[in-house]
Amino acid sequence: MVEFGGWDMPVEYSGIADEHMAVRTRAGLFDVSHMGEIEIAGADALKAVQHITSNDASRLALNQIQYSALTTPQGTFVDDVLTYKLADDHFMLVVNASNIVKDFHWIAEHVKEVGGDAAAVNTSSRYALLALQGPAARDILQSLTGVDLSGIKYYWFATGEVAGVRVTISRTGYTGEDGFEVFVPPNAAERVWDAILQAGKGAGLVPAGLGARDTLRLEAAMRLYGNDMDETTTVVEADLGWIVGWKKDEFLGSDVLKRQKAEGAPRKLAGFEMLERAIGRHGYDVYVDGARAGLVTSGTQTPFLKKAIGMAYLPPDRTAPGTEFEIDIRGRRARAAVVPMPFYKRQK
Amino acid sequence: MTYPADLKYTSDHEWIQIDGATARVGITDYAQKQLGDVVYLELPQVGRTLKKGEVFGTIESVKAVSELYSPVDGEITEVHSALVQNPETVNKDPHGSWMIAMKVTGGQDALLDSAAYTELTK
Repeated sequence: MVEFGGWDMPVEYSGIADEHMAVRTRAGLFDVSHMGEIEIAGADALKAVQHITSNDASRLALNQIQYSALTTPQGTFVDDVLTYKLADDHFMLVVNASNIVKDFHWIAEHVKEVGGDAAAVNTSSRYALLALQGPAARDILQSLTGVDLSGIKYYWFATGEVAGVRVTISRTGYTGEDGFEVFVPPNAAERVWDAILQAGKGAGLVPAGLGARDTLRLEAAMRLYGNDMDETTTVVEADLGWIVGWKKDEFLGSDVLKRQKAEGAPRKLAGFEMLERAIGRHGYDVYVDGARAGLVTSGTQTPFLKKAIGMAYLPPDRTAPGTEFEIDIRGRRARAAVVPMPFYKRQK
Repeated sequence: MTYPADLKYTSDHEWIQIDGATARVGITDYAQKQLGDVVYLELPQVGRTLKKGEVFGTIESVKAVSELYSPVDGEITEVHSALVQNPETVNKDPHGSWMIAMKVTGGQDALLDSAAYTELTK
């Protein structure tokens, strides 16, 4: 167990590689109750959400979800979030555990700034969150619910019962596989966890921890707040222009992001693969033509692809696939090359 | 896991099997469990002399990098290059996965026996 964002979290159960492979080939169950929820409600809730997040929430239908950024006026990340449209006047942001308090204060302050009828509430303690991920996830969960899961598309959600408990079922995840995240009342979390594990026994479901969650998300090139982006990196630099609503009205940091999109940013996040037997890890220096030119933000040896991969901030003109650079591995320079992201894409 | 009685141990979680003036060195079952899935192993050149406690290589798992420390004073006489090619063997058979062989010149007095090491890892 390790301390993570104030929570005691299991790093691994049967082993990172074992759990990783289970999620890629069968299914894994993660307890991600540490994630936070902040709800924004009121007649002007949409206006408030549009002001504080980068993506265009006006395009969300009821029960639809989008990936977005909570931005500073500098276009950098306060956090990365999932925005759920619960009702026309009610949104829920799912935020990172380590940022819950910071995000809530930030959101409350900026919602007030927008004015009108909107208020933010930190509802994190009302939800436990279980993530069932992998090709067998749908069949396993379907055996426990009357909700037609094939009717929930990727990045949509529904409400219903799982194992007799009233829940919200979201077709989302942080692994690059098909799967669901189930919002459960905390007092029923253990019951639902046990029921899912039991239902998945025959299909090879295993409990999975933080370690596999990190290697899985990295193969899928999903960013990790605090590693790949933070309050010093912009949404454009993190190469997440697709979560910016370029056509919507001004929002916090939109001027900076639009300028960077038009004129270019000083650096860009890119995927890489090691060309030597080594792992470029978080915080290691990047060298281009012998000079220090960037930083590795995430890196690991991936159990499924069996390669050392990672992400690094590079000069934008050095991010074309195939471009070689060096990483300082504890005093030794090792060669790496830019590769397209994601590193892994599931077969549909 | 029981720690074999014919090996000696260090508080840095290396084992050493001393046979007269020569010895083989690896990491313990406790160490491989802490590391998890091992993916890389970096070992030194034959002929290098080591002081007890000196770093002789690194071992890297999916989740962490760790240094390898010499349990005694000595000179490296052999490096297990086949293990470098298949480092995951360390997880499966830690006490059979020797990394370097050494000619021992000193420092073997403070090593732990199986019982003392078992106590240390409790």
